[in-house]
Amino acid sequence: MKNPLDTITGTIISGFVLTAILYVIVAALVP
Amino acid sequence: MSATMELFFRWGHFLSGITWIGLLYYFNFVQGSFLKKVTPEGKAEAFKHLVPLALLWFRWAALATWLFGAVLLAMQGRLGKAFMLQGEDAVIGMGAWLGTIMLLNVWGIIWRNQKKVLGMVPASAEQKAKAARMAFLASRTNTMLSIPMLFFMAASGHAPTGLF
Repeated sequence: MKNPLDTITGTIISGFVLTAILYVIVAALVP
Repeated sequence: MSATMELFFRWGHFLSGITWIGLLYYFNFVQGSFLKKVTPEGKAEAFKHLVPLALLWFRWAALATWLFGAVLLAMQGRLGKAFMLQGEDAVIGMGAWLGTIMLLNVWGIIWRNQKKVLGMVPASAEQKAKAARMAFLASRTNTMLSIPMLFFMAASGHAPTGLF
């Protein structure tokens, strides 16, 4: 499988996906 | 006085942060593509006069950004709670953790490997090729991490009610 970081598009999409994942985690931590 | 000092450190955090991330985006969105297309002579000139200067501003701006941010959080009495992701400070804390990982990437991986690529430390052609790949992936990782990092920095204290 190709590394998504090899393309700018893959890097940016990965960043948005990671944002969504981390948002769920942080939202669970905030009372 | 405290509010004035906080403003000073926030201002410094923004100025150095824009310098850091601006250069990160320049490396990833502009310079990489340019270096693939340029002549060998042009690449040699860039490696001698352009890339080292850009990397100098890049790595010191990264350190300054982290220090201004850490001092700002400490002045607000939130540094420990942020890094322990406690309560509402988990929002800025996630941004701070991502920024910290990015700073370690800059100094520990990108700069260490770029010194080999640029010929500042001795390296064989094979070591240079390996170092270039490592620096590239670390730089792309930081570009990816900058997206959630800026989201959490922007969201801290400014998120719509109920978002967190």
